[in-house]
Amino acid sequence: MTIAPERPVAPGGTGPNLRAPTVGERRRSPGQLRATDVYAMLGAAAAALSLTALMFTRLLPFSGTVGFVVVAYVLFLALYGLLVSFDEDGPAVRDRIAAVVVQSLGLVMVTALAVVVIYTLWEGRKALPHLNFFTQDMAEAGPLDPLTAGGILHAILGTLQQITIALAITVPTGLLCAVFLNEVPGRFARFVRTVVEAMTALPSIVAGLFIYATIILALGFDRSGFAASLALSVMMLPIIIRAADVVIRLVPGNLREAAYALGTSRWRTVWHVVLPTARSGLTTSVILGTARGVGETSPVLLTAGFTAEINGNPFEGPQLSLPLATFEFVKSPEPTMIARGFGTAAALMALVLLLFVIARVIGGRGPGQLTRRQEHRRVRASRQDAERFAARTSAAASAPRTPAAASGPGANSPTAQPSPPRTPRRSAP
Amino acid sequence: MPRRLYADPGLPDRVFRGVARGGGGLVLAVMLLVGGFLLYRAWQALSRAGWSFLTTEAWEPDAGRFGIAAVLVGTVLIALVAIVVAVPLAVGGALYISEYAPPRLRQTLIGVVDLMAAVPSVVYGLWGLFFFEGQILPTARWIATYLSWIPIFEVAGADPNDPLAPETVYTSSTLIAGVVVALMVAPIACSVMREVFSQAPVGEREGAFALGATRWGMISSVVLPFGKGGMIGGTMLGLGRALGETIGVYLIISPVFEIQWHVLQSGSSSVAALIALRYGEASEFGMSALMAAGFALFLMTLVVNFAASSIVARSRSGAASE
Repeated sequence: MTIAPERPVAPGGTGPNLRAPTVGERRRSPGQLRATDVYAMLGAAAAALSLTALMFTRLLPFSGTVGFVVVAYVLFLALYGLLVSFDEDGPAVRDRIAAVVVQSLGLVMVTALAVVVIYTLWEGRKALPHLNFFTQDMAEAGPLDPLTAGGILHAILGTLQQITIALAITVPTGLLCAVFLNEVPGRFARFVRTVVEAMTALPSIVAGLFIYATIILALGFDRSGFAASLALSVMMLPIIIRAADVVIRLVPGNLREAAYALGTSRWRTVWHVVLPTARSGLTTSVILGTARGVGETSPVLLTAGFTAEINGNPFEGPQLSLPLATFEFVKSPEPTMIARGFGTAAALMALVLLLFVIARVIGGRGPGQLTRRQEHRRVRASRQDAERFAARTSAAASAPRTPAAASGPGANSPTAQPSPPRTPRRSAP
Repeated sequence: MPRRLYADPGLPDRVFRGVARGGGGLVLAVMLLVGGFLLYRAWQALSRAGWSFLTTEAWEPDAGRFGIAAVLVGTVLIALVAIVVAVPLAVGGALYISEYAPPRLRQTLIGVVDLMAAVPSVVYGLWGLFFFEGQILPTARWIATYLSWIPIFEVAGADPNDPLAPETVYTSSTLIAGVVVALMVAPIACSVMREVFSQAPVGEREGAFALGATRWGMISSVVLPFGKGGMIGGTMLGLGRALGETIGVYLIISPVFEIQWHVLQSGSSSVAALIALRYGEASEFGMSALMAAGFALFLMTLVVNFAASSIVARSRSGAASE
């Protein structure tokens, strides 16, 4: 087996292959499952299950699902090792057992998520089918009312308003700060980066406590949606700055240098080269920060207050949000309230999932990597520029010779030059 | 890293740099304000309590008896349980994704782990409160019955000889809260570790295979040593998150204000849950005491986070990626 490049570079070079972790080297997948391994695994599984069942039902005073699974798993490992050791040597036995342990841990990880999500949706099935759950608030519905009355419209509205305000604060500030960290390097930038990294450690409840103590206790404002979004902003700001900082740092230096070499000023380089190149990564980091902020309960708990009615004004009066509503619902002992809590949690999960899917669709591409449509647009713009230059030079100098740029703009791989045509237009004579 | 430019940038650029500097300064000001204000407000309580703030177990600020000994021990215990559960999960998950999973599945799995980190903590709390607690009780009881000679597994008030004894002594325990927090922490640690594992140099991997190593032999001699910094760093990052977790813990534990070492026994406490529990009824001095507790928590997570990032930065991990 030879080591070939992971992605064979196409002749002519289609865009920078930035995401590949090790350019030119490819990792092989050494594992090959043989028939004897499968037999040993099946045999060990059967033996472990029957032994455990025997222990739990006949021999020993054990009970409980968790205990059953743990005992069966340990027995399986021991038996599998024994079976493999009949025809393999020591290192191979260790290899097989390690493979089983690692793969089962990976499986547990994925299963845990599946169980949490599916359990929430399953428990939410009682509240979710009622349409009024999404179109009414809880003003008319008491804890004893059936699920056909009342809903979480007020919480949905509150969540949307609070996260919008928080984003309006954090996105400009966060991106500006991330640009600052990368484009104005120096001792001050290093200090700011250290402080921002430290603040990602800020427990979310402390962010809530800070806003509670300043805005509500010291300045004397009421609890409101605005205070909640301030608390969310304090919590989200370091997260967004840190993620955006990493993304901007990945913008290849030669793009910047090329822009400088063309005589572009620094802020134009940032505006026309750095930010467009990092756009998909920046969007992803903002959306993931939003997903964190939407689900955070503790800062909101201290600052938003509690209400059962729709409050469309975030600046006055208490305002509920989805995680806070979940929390308040499940504190009640009534089964209908708990069902509502799970319904709210399911709605919240759906919102986070949606944000996540959007982030995946937009993001997942390295800086400078374009979708097909973006690539086409760049090619078209580049071709138009070339035609324009050609027309201008022929008109101005009335030279019969066409410039070389007009001959083949497609072959010059315009994807590698995301700097838009505006700069050359200004600098053209 | 962009290099520093020395040419005169002209007016627009000077404005741009001024604005950028201003943005950085603003963020810096907000961040320092949070820390400074916490300390300022906490000072009233801290100066009254003195060192007894660290040694008192009770939390009665208005009676003058308050301290974080109990809640701090509770916080650390919950975080430790969470780390003990989460680290094997995270290492296993990261190794699986970077070494064992079929390449086609890898991107999906990375997405799943990232999604797990984005699931709201209140959802994990609900799962722990209504589902997991019921599942774990027989196991908790089994551990308490057969392993109670280990001091932390002791449960006061449990009678192992009475098969019909109520199981309420095992509910709302540190263990349950710890496992719930572990589920929140594991994906964070996992994604740091996966990142580092996948950067282990291909040449060294091939070298190990060429010397006849099995896959596990290769992992234990190349990938794990290479990723050691990332493993420690990811663990500490998770620890920082676990220390500050509020809602998941608040929903599950029943708060007690005495040092409670028994992880299986009902009753536990954490700083974050204390703040969520007491902020509403606090007097001005009580608020100051809560601020002091929050400040102590912040300091703890700060130290853990700094240690994590310096370990990650100093390790060899990632050296081959440049």
